[in-house]
Amino acid sequence: MSIPDTIAAASRALREGSLTAADLLDGVLERAQMTEAQLHAYLNIDHDGARVAAEAADADLAAGNDRGPLHGIPIALKDNLCTRGMETTCASQILAGWIPPYDATVVSRLREAGAVIVGKTNLDEFAMGSSTENSAYGPSFNPWDITRVPGGSSGGSAAAVAAGSALGALGSDTGGSIRQPAALTGTVGVKPTYGTVSRYGLIAFASSLDQIGPITRTVEDAALLLEAIWGHDPKDSTSYAGEYPQVRRSLDAGVDGLRIGVVKELSGEGYELAVEQAVAAMVEGLARQGAEIVEVSLPSFEIALSAYYLIAPAEASSNLARFDGVRYGLRVDGETTEEMMARTRGQGFGPEVTRRILLGTYALSAGYYDAFYGQAQRVRAAIRADLARVYAQVDALVSPTSPTVAFPAGARLDDPLAMYLSDICTIPSNLAGDPAMSVPIGLDQLGLPIGMQVMAPSLGEEVMFRVAAEVERLAGFDARPEIPVVAG
Amino acid sequence: MPVDIDIAHVARLARLELTPEEMETYRSQLGVILEHAARVQALEGEPEVGSVHGLGIEGVFRDDEVAASLDRDEVLAAAPESRDGFFVVPPALEQ
Repeated sequence: MSIPDTIAAASRALREGSLTAADLLDGVLERAQMTEAQLHAYLNIDHDGARVAAEAADADLAAGNDRGPLHGIPIALKDNLCTRGMETTCASQILAGWIPPYDATVVSRLREAGAVIVGKTNLDEFAMGSSTENSAYGPSFNPWDITRVPGGSSGGSAAAVAAGSALGALGSDTGGSIRQPAALTGTVGVKPTYGTVSRYGLIAFASSLDQIGPITRTVEDAALLLEAIWGHDPKDSTSYAGEYPQVRRSLDAGVDGLRIGVVKELSGEGYELAVEQAVAAMVEGLARQGAEIVEVSLPSFEIALSAYYLIAPAEASSNLARFDGVRYGLRVDGETTEEMMARTRGQGFGPEVTRRILLGTYALSAGYYDAFYGQAQRVRAAIRADLARVYAQVDALVSPTSPTVAFPAGARLDDPLAMYLSDICTIPSNLAGDPAMSVPIGLDQLGLPIGMQVMAPSLGEEVMFRVAAEVERLAGFDARPEIPVVAG
Repeated sequence: MPVDIDIAHVARLARLELTPEEMETYRSQLGVILEHAARVQALEGEPEVGSVHGLGIEGVFRDDEVAASLDRDEVLAAAPESRDGFFVVPPALEQ
């Protein structure tokens, strides 16, 4: 059946009584049925669990127990979020068949908010990648062109939302893994301030950078989903216990009087013309709405990517030590414990994960630590100092989210460095811990989506959503992908 | 700055059993990546490295009170091998 394609509209329809949570679930499952063979957005759809949750949501609503805007809304989860009783693989062979004994905090919060968990979405193994091609269970494809990648690593979540096989999804963002796939699929993706969304139950990649966030069709939906999942959690020692921004309140405030910085370093060589033109046109639009536009320079951004590809693998090499064939997942036998562990890890991890563990181990090893890891931490400090200087002059920053639109499947698979360059615009916010989001602003000449990134200082989500909502209004982006239907 | 890596040593540190062909592939790929990563050395000045948490949250402990933890049997059920409430592994020490 045909259902509204935003959370806000579906939420209204549920309360008007024009449809039920069971209808919404039918609607997204029907879309999945029509598109999964082409897209492979999901690793696992929980038909039975989702049905039970949808019926419970309907019964609750009928009994007058309204849990808020996510009540009865079908949501997809990236498969690096632990779900009690539901297989969680991180798209890795090493975790094949693992059933977590607990829910991630974000999952508990969604359940309490009455959301219906549709299933688990595909990702680059352990969230390492920018194309969702590094999945041990096969790649996902882009709904706008099924010969192209959906971005990554939250590519399954982004593809599901773009295709309408979920009304919203959660992803995780360590270097751009929510924002870049959102840009490549014409969806909205938010990386919140580090510390605002609990990482309890998110299988760790790089703990000082990882944040969970929403992928949705609209900025308003992103605000609804974000407000449902964030907040202090004693189970995450990095969780923020102070006052949280009020993002929904700021959506209609406009940009009149705001000072918006355009980042000089995030343009030029390597950026597609259509992307640069779309961003420039949007900046002009913001100026017409009363924003003061300032070109700003953050020289440390030039070496942010280099620092990231030392810090993130270093943390990953430590975090992924837990996958050793002892407590969960794959075990490949050996004569000794050490041999068993080395064989399990050698066979259980795919190439990109292996590459990053080696890279991180090297960067942390004796003799190289200060030149690589230590210096990368100094670059991180320099990025923060640059941002602090710039945020004294401007309220928010804008840039392209990705230097290019969705690239063809396979195009960057054999060239790790080219793949890493996909994240050049998104990485600085992770290193700083600041919030950033991507909003679709148009299509290129091939009909592929272009995203604009809005960045703000830590806990600056109100101003970030204010700008994003204006960008969305100006763009008027309401195109939807036409996914070829495969018979059968 | 070309970076030469003793890949067998790094793989041993990381407890990754790799074939000779895999080692050669990773050795050459890591060389290229590390050459790019070495650009961190271009940073001017020596900024003070503070908390890696953007909001400066550090050293958080919960109250020292007993709370429910995961069910032992449920946790052990996920292990490749367990016995009598323990994880079982191959010999870790030589006889």
